Amino acid sequence: MANELMRTSLYAGGTSPVKMIQAGFYNEDCLVYDLEDSVSAGEKDAARFLVYNAVKYQRPAGKYILIRVNGIYSQELDEDLEAAVRAQPDAIRIPKVEYAEEVKRIDEKVTAIEQKAGLPVGGVKFWCNIESYLGVLSAQQIATASPRVVAMALGAEDFTASMSAQRTKPGWEIFYARNAILMACRAAGISAQDAVFSDINDPEGLKKDLEMTRALGFDGKTCVHPRQIDAVNGCFTPSPKEIRNAQRVLEALEEAARNHTGVCVLDGGMVDKPMELRARTTLAKAAAAGIKVGGVK
Amino acid sequence: MIVNSAGRELPEKIGNYIVRPYQGAYATPAPETPVITKRTMGHRVPGDTKLLPDLKAAIQAAGLKDGMTISFHHAFREGDLLIGQVLTAIRELGIQGLRFAPSAVVNIKNPSIADFVLDGTIDRIEASGIRGELGDAALAGKVKNPVILRTHGARPRAIEAGELSIDVTFIAASAADDYGNCTGLVGPNACGSLGYAFVDAHNAGCVVVVTDTLVDYPCCPASISQQYVDYVVKVDQIGDPEKIGKGAARLTKNPRDLMIAERTADLIAASRRFKDEFSFQTGAGAIAIATTKYLADRMREKGVKASFALGGIPAAIIDMYDEGLVRVVECSQSFDAVAARAIFDRPGVVEIDNADYANAYSKGGFLNREDFGVLGALEVDTDFNVNILTGSSGEMMGGLGGGPDVAGGAAISIVTIPIIRGRTPSIVKRVFTLCTPGETVAAVVTEAGIALNPKHKNYAELKEDLEKTSLKLVTIEALQQLCEKLTGVPKPIETTDRVACIVEYRDGTVIDVIREIKR
Repeated sequence: MANELMRTSLYAGGTSPVKMIQAGFYNEDCLVYDLEDSVSAGEKDAARFLVYNAVKYQRPAGKYILIRVNGIYSQELDEDLEAAVRAQPDAIRIPKVEYAEEVKRIDEKVTAIEQKAGLPVGGVKFWCNIESYLGVLSAQQIATASPRVVAMALGAEDFTASMSAQRTKPGWEIFYARNAILMACRAAGISAQDAVFSDINDPEGLKKDLEMTRALGFDGKTCVHPRQIDAVNGCFTPSPKEIRNAQRVLEALEEAARNHTGVCVLDGGMVDKPMELRARTTLAKAAAAGIKVGGVK
Repeated sequence: MIVNSAGRELPEKIGNYIVRPYQGAYATPAPETPVITKRTMGHRVPGDTKLLPDLKAAIQAAGLKDGMTISFHHAFREGDLLIGQVLTAIRELGIQGLRFAPSAVVNIKNPSIADFVLDGTIDRIEASGIRGELGDAALAGKVKNPVILRTHGARPRAIEAGELSIDVTFIAASAADDYGNCTGLVGPNACGSLGYAFVDAHNAGCVVVVTDTLVDYPCCPASISQQYVDYVVKVDQIGDPEKIGKGAARLTKNPRDLMIAERTADLIAASRRFKDEFSFQTGAGAIAIATTKYLADRMREKGVKASFALGGIPAAIIDMYDEGLVRVVECSQSFDAVAARAIFDRPGVVEIDNADYANAYSKGGFLNREDFGVLGALEVDTDFNVNILTGSSGEMMGGLGGGPDVAGGAAISIVTIPIIRGRTPSIVKRVFTLCTPGETVAAVVTEAGIALNPKHKNYAELKEDLEKTSLKLVTIEALQQLCEKLTGVPKPIETTDRVACIVEYRDGTVIDVIREIKR
C-alpha cells in the first residue's frame, strides 16, 4: 500500500544495494531508485537489474516508490522503461522534461509495455522533472499531457544552468520557476514538488529554504541526503490550528451525511470536495508526523 | 556434554578447566570466602630504591619464571607500546609458557601478540577479547590452551576469587616517581584513568610501574600509590594517546547511525526514569557518541540533569559536565585527550577502579545504580541474546568489554545495532556466540524500529512509556524476518569440536564456548 503523502522524496543510487536497502528505513515518503545521474555509463545495465529486483522483490512497506529513468533522448530509455514498468513502482520519474509531446511518447511506450506484460494500463504514474527554462515555459501542458502525470518537480541546478543564472541559497533565481511549476500543478490538480537544497552541511540554510517551500505552497520536496528528511517532513507538518480546522471540516461532513443533508455548511460557507481533500491531507500529514489525531475516520 | 540455562552445549571439562554452566544472570551467589590475593607484605627501609635500569632487570627482579601469569592494563588500547617491549624482553630472557592476562583486548602490531604465542613465550591467554592475528591464530588452533574471555566486571571477580592469580603486573603510567607513585593523568603521553590497573596493583605478586616520564618525588596526582609498587622502570615511550580513541570520539555523519542514535535518545527521554538525577552510560563508537549528543539535546529541552555518567568516557560527556548536565563523571577509562585531562582539572570528573564500575561480586558498584546503559553489538537473536565477539564468518571481531556487565546492572539496557551490515544480517535466530544473555537486554534499537524484550524485568514500564510516543515498536521476530528477507539466510559456520575460547559470564560460569572454525 503506497503512502499517500509526498512530503519528501529521497534518491537511492541504483548501483548500491546497501544504500538501496538502507533508504527504505528513513522517514521519507517517496523513495526514488535512480538509474540516471548517480549511475555511471558503464553501470547502467547492472543498475537496471538491481533496481528491478529491489522494487519487485524487496519493496519497502509504506513508501511511495519511484524509479528515475535515463533521459528522454538517451539510448538507455527503452530498456529502462521495460524494466521499470515490469517492476511496478508507483511512478516513473522522468528527468528533464521540456515538452508535453515527450510525455505523450513515453506514455505510449509505457502503455505498450503494460499491455505486453499483462499489467493494468495506466497503473504506473509519472513524475516529471522540470529542469530547464523550456520545461518551465511548458509546465502547464506537461502537467496535463497524460493522466499518468501526478506530480512535477523542479530541478533547480539544471534549471539555473539553462538560464545562465547563479544558484544561490536565498534562491531568487528560481523564484519564478517555482511559482510557474506550482501554478501548473495546481491547475492540473497534481502534486508540486520543490527543488533540493543541495548543501547537506547547512541545516540552517535548509530551514530558511523550507520557509519559502512552505510559504509558496509546495506539497513536497526532494532531499539530497537522508539527514534532510526529518527537517523537510517537519516543514509539512500541520499546526494544531490547521489540524483542528481539518477535523471540523470532516466532522461537519459526517454530520451532514448522518442527517442526509445534501449540502454541508461550516461557519456559513459550503464544504466542497477540495476542502474535504485538503482536510484529509492535513490529517494524513499530522498522522505521518506522529501526531495522534483521534475522533475522525 | 552439558547444556547451560541459555541453551548452549558445553563440554564438562576443557583441558584442566572445569566448566560451571551458566544458570541465569542473577542465579549464582558469591562464595562466602575471603578475597584471594597474591599481594605480599613489603618492607622498604629509608634509602632503598625501586628504580631499575631497564625492563629486563625488572623482569628478573620480579622473579618471573616459566608458566607464570603476567598482566597489563589497556588504557592505551590500540596505542599501547609497553606490552610489545615487555614481551620482547621476556622472550630475550628465555622465559616460556606464560599466561598472558591483559585487562581487555589488546590488538597491538609490530610486534603482534601472535608472534609470542607461536614461539611459546605465551601459552595461555585470558582477556576480554582477541582479534586480528591473535584471534585468527586462536581459531586456527595455534594457541595451546583455550583462551578464557571475561568481561570487565568478571576479571576483578576472577582475580579476587583466585581463578586468575597474577604473578607480575606491568603498569604503564604516563608519569611516575622513582618510588612508584604514578598516574595516567599527566605527562606527554597521558592516557587518563588507570581504572583497569587498580585490581592488578592491589592483587599481583609483584607490581612493576613503567613510565616514560619520571617526575620528582612525590608524583602528584597519583592514581596508584607507592605502597603497592615493587619496581619502577623508565622507557622511551609507553604508548601513543592519539590512538586510544582511533576516531571513536568523532561524530558520525552516517545517516543510519544517526537515526539509531536519535531513536535511542528518544527512548531514554520517553522513559519515566528520565528525570533529574538519572544516570547513564553511552560508551564510545559512532552510534554511542551520537547518542550522547542527542541525549544532551533532550536533557536541555526537558531541563533534566543527570547524577552520573559512567564507564569509558569520551569528550562528549565532558562537554555535558561542563554544561552542568551531569553532576559526576565516573571514569574507568578515558577515550580521548579531553577526557584524560578532565580528571585532572575538573573536580566532578573522577577516576574510578574498574571493579567499582563493573564487578558484580563486590559489596556494590555503580552499575547497580545505573538507569540507562547503551551498548553496541555484532548480532542479536530472537531471544535478545547478544554477540559482541564473533563476526559473520565466525572470526574474532571484538571484546566482551563491559557490555554484559552493563546489561546486567542497568535498569534499562539498550542495544543499538543496524539490522544489516553490508550484506550480513545482524538480527538472527540464534547468535553464533552468546555473550550477553537476553534476559538482561531491555530493548534493541535499530533503523527498522525498536524491539522491547517481554522477558526483561522492566518490560512493562518501558512498554507503557514508549506506547505514549510515536516511536516505532516492532517485535524482535519481525526484525529477524525482515533481515532474512533482505539478506537471505547465511550458510552456517562449520566448527570442529575443539574449543578455542571459553566465554565466561560475569559470575564466572560459562555462557558459551567458541569452537575452532573448520577450514
